[in-house]
Amino acid sequence: MLLGGTLAVAYITDRGDWTTSIRMAPEQPIPFSHKHHVKDDGIDCRYCHTGVETSGYAGLPPTETCMTCHSQIWSNATLTQPIRDSWASGKSIEWVRVHDLPDFVYFNHSIHINKGIGCSTCHGRVDEMPLTYRVNNLYMEWCVNCHRNPAKYIRPKSEVFNIEYQYPANQAELGPQLVKEYHVQSLTDCVTCHR
Amino acid sequence: MYRRKVMAGVVLAGALGLTACRQDMHNQPRYKPFAATSFFGDGRSARPAIEDTVARGQLHLDQARYTGKENGKDISYFPIQITRADVARGQERFNIFCSPCHGRLGDGHGMIVSRGLRQPPSYYDPRLVNAPVGHFFDVMTNGYGAMYSYASRVPVDDRWRIASYIRALQASAAGASAGASQNGAASPQNGAVSQNGAGQSGRAGGLQ
Ligand code: HEC
Ligand code: HEC
Ligand code: HEC
Ligand code: HEC
Ligand code: HEC
Ligand code: HEC
Repeated sequence: MLLGGTLAVAYITDRGDWTTSIRMAPEQPIPFSHKHHVKDDGIDCRYCHTGVETSGYAGLPPTETCMTCHSQIWSNATLTQPIRDSWASGKSIEWVRVHDLPDFVYFNHSIHINKGIGCSTCHGRVDEMPLTYRVNNLYMEWCVNCHRNPAKYIRPKSEVFNIEYQYPANQAELGPQLVKEYHVQSLTDCVTCHR
Repeated sequence: MYRRKVMAGVVLAGALGLTACRQDMHNQPRYKPFAATSFFGDGRSARPAIEDTVARGQLHLDQARYTGKENGKDISYFPIQITRADVARGQERFNIFCSPCHGRLGDGHGMIVSRGLRQPPSYYDPRLVNAPVGHFFDVMTNGYGAMYSYASRVPVDDRWRIASYIRALQASAAGASAGASQNGAASPQNGAVSQNGAGQSGRAGGLQ
């Protein structure tokens, strides 16, 4: 009982939302809102996360990207002061990472994007987040669950950046069709992610 | 009662002990891209290029293609081949990187302008219709007035593809009104753009 209880508590604290900080937005140097920038202003993910289609990393935008607009709008506000400080000093804004896989795991954005896995499948409705938080724990079970059966989660490539995408009623037919069309493999070997 | 408390304590301590193990190999002493560092004064582990140096594969001898200029003058032809697929790619890139300010139709009425950004000129302004295509490449590469450079985010050949899409937009407007393209402006080298209906349908169907 003692051992069982200890393990259970350990498991709960370890895997629960508290330690995995799901749905809790970390405090950022600037309260950046995807809701305002994506939903209200209609800016595409790739305007800021430029690397996401071509490299392993989506990347966080450099200060210059913020300045393309904020040199002119909200250009005297206190909220945006850290942008101007960073621009003047050349010191990057130190965003706090919302997702952070352990270093022994290999992940790559571009392969997922190019095989029809959309941003919202992994990151949720980012466009509704006033502050960014995680909706998935990034545990191995989560990755492997999809790798076993990608047909359930795949969407047409043209919809990858559509953050409002809804899976159609006939996903059970469309899924396997897309898997075939995009030559999607089921990658469950350990070396896929641990290399 | 007392025993219960002890047991709860043991359970908690054990739990803490177990969870504490997890971080061991999670953070290894190497830099992921963009990670912060205290090693360099500016806190960036990704080092900016040293001035007047050229990284391998980045020495560009094809001046027209990489600067949009020849002998200091904007070129008026496309230095890469432009096919229908290139125009479509140009449209996609335009919608990502330019439309927030210039609008989907290039008329200067983008969303960010409605939020207070300075209004850019319309691409249908005769001055821009007549401008050599190298000018558009130059604006994207080096910025223009209040507009910042897009060189770090839009690779060279995509800049030409965007320019070809702007030409398609302009051509669709010219086709609708005057019916003529001056200066060879609306028909890039390979003539692929003129049949592209993207701009036309955009104007009629209201992509926005
Ligand atoms: C105007 C620029 C901008 C746009 C557009 C934008 N983002 Fe972001 N994004 C940021 C910034 C800045 C951060 C870092 C601050 C934060 O976490 O909120 C960020 C963080 C993120 C993170 C968390 C990164 C981490 O630390 O793990 C995700 C996920 C993300 N963005 C997804 C998206 C998606 C999906 C879209 C398109 C629907 C998008 N973003 C559009 C600027 C942008
Ligand atoms: C394409 C233009 C554009 C870019 C790029 C951009 N912003 Fe904004 N930003 C806006 C607009 C427009 C608003 C006003 C929001 C509104 O009224 O919808 C805004 C508002 C803000 C605000 C005020 C609070 C709020 O959310 O309304 C902050 C803070 C901010 N931006 C931070 C940033 C940061 C940090 C970056 C760079 C990662 C960035 N912005 C990049 C257009 C932009
Ligand atoms: C298959 C799931 C998956 C998909 C699809 C996905 N991401 Fe991610 N994303 C992740 C994971 C996992 C991380 C954490 C990576 C790490 O810690 O190394 C991450 C991290 C990020 C980050 C933080 C910076 C970085 O590069 O690590 C941003 C920004 C981001 N994603 C944006 C996006 C955008 C935009 C899209 C859609 C174009 C997208 N992601 C699609 C899983 C995904
Ligand atoms: C929603 C579905 C989904 C999720 C979640 C997902 N993946 Fe994938 N992953 C895919 C698909 C689809 C592919 C492409 C398989 C192929 O090559 O045909 C892929 C490919 C990969 C590859 C192969 C890249 C290469 O260069 O060979 C790696 C590595 C990977 N994923 C790691 C991860 C990790 C780590 C996670 C969890 C943090 C994760 N994935 C979560 C669907 C997913
Ligand atoms: C699709 C990607 C993926 C595949 C395939 C995969 N792993 Fe993992 N693995 C992860 C991720 C992500 C983590 C880190 C998150 C976590 O602890 O669950 C991880 C963590 C681990 C850990 C450390 C667990 C911990 O609690 O720290 C071990 C051990 C491991 N994996 C073994 C394996 C073995 C053995 C295989 C092959 C049978 C395998 N993995 C296949 C993604 C993967
Ligand atoms: C953040 C807003 C913004 C974005 C995004 C933007 N521009 Fe501009 N652009 C402007 C403004 C403002 C001007 C007017 C600058 C001035 O006259 O000071 C301008 C002017 C121009 C001009 C006219 C130059 C002239 O000769 O008058 C061209 C051409 C142009 N932009 C092309 C582009 C292209 C192509 C893109 C996408 C790669 C783009 N712009 C993205 C704001 C933007």
